Amino acid sequence: MREFKSIIERRKEVLTNLENFGLKIYEQLDRGYFPFIEMPSRSTENIYYDPRFRQFILGDKRVRRSTRNIRHLKPFAQLVWTALFSYELTSQRKTSTLRDVYYSAQAYEMTFKDQQESNNIITDLETVLGFSREDFNIFPEERSAVFGDLTIRYTVPGYEGKTLNLTSHPDGVMIGPALTSAEFVETTADKVIAIEKGGLFTRFIEENVHKKFNAILVLTAGQAPRATRHFIRRLNRELGLPVYIFTDGDPWGMHIAMVIISGSANAAHLRDLTTPDAKWSGVWATDIVKYKLPTDPLDEIDMKRLYELQKDPRYKEDPLWQREIKTFMKIRRKAEQEAFSRYGLTYIVDEYLPAKLEETKYP
Amino acid sequence: MAQVTFEEISASDFFYRNRDIAGFTNPTRAIFAAIRELVENSLDAAESLKIPPEIYVRLSFEGEASRETQIYKLRVEDNGCGVPPRHIPSAFGQVLFGSKYKLKQQRGTFGLGGKMAILYGQITTHQPATIISSTGMSRIYMYRLMIDIQRNRPIILDRKVFLNKEGWRGTVVEFSLEGDYLRAMPKILEYFKQTAMVNPYANITFVDPKGRLYKFIRATTVMPDPPKETLPHPYGVDVELLQRLIQVTPYNNMLEFLKNHFHRVGEITARKFLEFSDISPSKNPKRLSHEEIVRLMHMLKKFKEFLPPDASCLSPLGEELLKTGVLKELKPEFVAVHQRKPATYAGHPFIVEVAIAYGGEIPQKGGILIYRFANRIPLLYDEASDVSVKVINEMNWRRYKVTPDMPIAIVVHICSTKVPYKTVGKEFIADRPEVRREIANGLREVARQLQHFLTRREHVDRERKRLGVFSKYLPKIAEFSTKLAGKEKPPDIEKLLRSVRRFGVEGI
Repeated sequence: MREFKSIIERRKEVLTNLENFGLKIYEQLDRGYFPFIEMPSRSTENIYYDPRFRQFILGDKRVRRSTRNIRHLKPFAQLVWTALFSYELTSQRKTSTLRDVYYSAQAYEMTFKDQQESNNIITDLETVLGFSREDFNIFPEERSAVFGDLTIRYTVPGYEGKTLNLTSHPDGVMIGPALTSAEFVETTADKVIAIEKGGLFTRFIEENVHKKFNAILVLTAGQAPRATRHFIRRLNRELGLPVYIFTDGDPWGMHIAMVIISGSANAAHLRDLTTPDAKWSGVWATDIVKYKLPTDPLDEIDMKRLYELQKDPRYKEDPLWQREIKTFMKIRRKAEQEAFSRYGLTYIVDEYLPAKLEETKYP
Repeated sequence: MAQVTFEEISASDFFYRNRDIAGFTNPTRAIFAAIRELVENSLDAAESLKIPPEIYVRLSFEGEASRETQIYKLRVEDNGCGVPPRHIPSAFGQVLFGSKYKLKQQRGTFGLGGKMAILYGQITTHQPATIISSTGMSRIYMYRLMIDIQRNRPIILDRKVFLNKEGWRGTVVEFSLEGDYLRAMPKILEYFKQTAMVNPYANITFVDPKGRLYKFIRATTVMPDPPKETLPHPYGVDVELLQRLIQVTPYNNMLEFLKNHFHRVGEITARKFLEFSDISPSKNPKRLSHEEIVRLMHMLKKFKEFLPPDASCLSPLGEELLKTGVLKELKPEFVAVHQRKPATYAGHPFIVEVAIAYGGEIPQKGGILIYRFANRIPLLYDEASDVSVKVINEMNWRRYKVTPDMPIAIVVHICSTKVPYKTVGKEFIADRPEVRREIANGLREVARQLQHFLTRREHVDRERKRLGVFSKYLPKIAEFSTKLAGKEKPPDIEKLLRSVRRFGVEGI
C-alpha cells in the first residue's frame, strides 16, 4: 500500500510522474502534433459513491484536453506550467501555498484570472497524475494541529533525521508541510481523538486527556484540511490507532466527521484521504436529548442541509447517521461542544468523553 | 361694418412682411440663411457651366447694432457663369425674377433666396448691395443698388464698367446685414462641412469675422451631369399651369397641344388619352372653358397609361461622388453608397441616394448621425420631423448587426424637380409614401453592405484573436514541457503555428 512506502520513495515517484507528463507533451510537440491529455472527468455526473472504498470515486468518463481546441489552450499551458512549478518545488524540497502558486505564475506571464482558476488547475494536475497537491508540496493555509505522545522524524531539508515528540509544545504542533512529510517513529498512544474546535482542544490538553485516555489529539479547526485528513489516515493505518471524532451537535459538525471518514466529492479523484474506520463519537442529536444540553433552534439553512445529507450515499452506510439526522429533524435543536460547560468545565472530560468512547468503541 | 381697405402689395413687400417663410426669422437664422442662399446660387452658377466651383465667402465685422446683434459685411465670390449686365439689376434687385422657373433640378426654386438676403440686409442696415459680375467676356460690370420694396424694382445707385483683362468670370455679391454670428457659427460651419460633403468637386473658403480661415478642398474634379430642362409631366399639372400653357401655345388642336407641351406624351399616348377623356383631338385648346380645363386636369391625373417621368431632368450626385464626399468629410473606416432608380411622386421624378459610414473619425455618440440633403443642399433644422429620420428610427438595425453604441453616420440625399418639402423654410422632407419607400429600400441596401463588412470584420477579429492565443500559448507549452522533460532543445512548433494560420483570413 502506498502509505507504507517511505516518504522519500513517494517523492521520487511524484517527480518521475511529473517528468513523464512533461515528456509526453514534449514528444507530441516534437512529432508535430497538437499535444493532448486525457483524464477522468470531474463533472458531477461522473462522481459515484463506491461502497467498497467507502468514498466518492470518479467514473469511467474521461475528458480530453487538446491544444487544437482554442478554449483548452490556456488551461493546458497553465497545467504544464503548474506541473513544472510543482516539479521545481518537489525537487528543491520547497513548499508553497495555493496563494503562492497564483502569484508565481505571473512571473512566467501565465496569469490566472483568480485564485479559483489556479486552484482548479492544481486539481487538474492531481487528477491527471493521481497525486494530491500536498505531494507536489503545495499546501493550503494551515490551521489544524496535533498533540500527543507521538515521536516523528523530519524529512524536510535542514531537519532531516531530527526527531520531535508531539507533546513538546503545549499548544500542539501545526500540521504543516514539515509534519505531513515526517515519518512516524514511535507512540504509546492507543487512540486518536479529533476535535472540531480550538477551545476544546486546549481544554483537553489542559485536562491531560492525552494521558488519561492515552490519546493523540488532533484539532481539525472546522472542516479538516486535506493534509490533516491524510495525517489522520496515516495515524489509523500506519499505527493502527482507532480514530474518534468529536464535533458540534449540528448538521455541519456531523459532516466534518463524515468528510474525515468518507472524504468529499471534490476529492473524488484522490485516494488516501479517508479513514473509513473512524467513528463519529459526538455530539449526537440523541446526546442533546440525553444530556439535556442547552440548545439553539435549527434555522432554515440547517434544515435544508439535513435534507441534503439524508439523501447522501455516505450517510446510508451506517444506520447511526440516519437515526441522528431524524432526531435532529425531530427536535429541531442544535448544541455546541461548549454546551457541556453548564455541568462544570471538566464535566465533558470526566463524564461525557469516557461514556462516548465506550459507546463508540471499536469492536 | 368696419371699413376694410384693400391694397395691392408687391412681391418684395410681401416677402418683407413675411420674411419668416424664407428663413429670415431672427438674427441668428438670418445670417445663416443669407450665407446659404448666396453659396447655393454660386454653386448653381458654376455647375451650369460644368466647371468645378471655386467659392470664397467672407463675413467681416462692421459694428454693433444692439446688445445682441452686430452688423456684418458678407461677401461671396464665385467662378460661375456670371450674370449678363442687363439682367444684373433685376436679378439682384427684384424679387421673383430669375432663371429658375423651368423644370429641372436646382438648388433654389423661386429665384428668391439671394434677393431675400439682400432685401434683409437692406432693411436691417439701409446700405446698398454691390454686385460685380462678368460672363467672361471683355468687360466686368459693377452695380450698387437697393430694392424699392413697395414697387419691387431695383434702384441703381451706381454703375461702373471695367475692362476684363484677365478674362475673369463669375459673380461677387457684397452687402451688409444685421446678425448674430456667434450663435449662428455652429450651424454655419456645419453647413459648409455638409455642403463640402455633397459637393466634393467644389473648393469652398470661408473667412469668419474673427479672421479664422476654413478651407474645404475638393477631392475630385469629376462633376455630376447637369440636369436637362423638361416639360411638365401630365400627373404633376394643375389648373394654373394648364392655363398658362394654353395662353402661350402656338398649336390649335388638342393632339398637338398634348404632344408638344407634356413630358413623355407622344402621338399614341395622346390619342389614347383623348379617347379616354372623350375630348376631340381637333379641339382648339384656346377654346376650352374653365370647367373643361378643370376636367382636363382631373382626367390627366386619372389616366393610367402615361409613362412615368424620366430622370434626365435630375442630377443626382452618383455613387462615386457621394462616396468621395463622405470619405473626404467624415473620414470613416467603411462606407457604402447606393443610388435608387428614379421614382415619381405626384408626377414629379425623384431619385434617392443614401450612404452609410462606419468608424474612423465618426464620433461615437450613442446614436446614428444623420445627414440630410435635398438637391445637394444640407438640411440642418427640424431633423426630428424629416421622413428619413422616421425611416431610420423604424428600421430594425439589429438585423444588420448595428447597435446603438456604434459610430455610424447615414446620408440621405433626395433630388427632384420638386423636393417635397413640408414647409416653405425648406428644412425637412415630407412623409410621402413613395419617398419613404425609396429611402427605406436604399437604406436596406447599404445596411446589408455594412452588415457584410461588420460580419467580415468580426470574423477577422476572431481569427486574429484565435491566432494570438495559439502563438501565445503553444511556445509556452513547448518551453515548460522541455524543462519538465529535462530536454535541452525545445521542440519545433513552427509547423503547428503554420497549420493554424492555414485556416486564417488573408491579410493577417
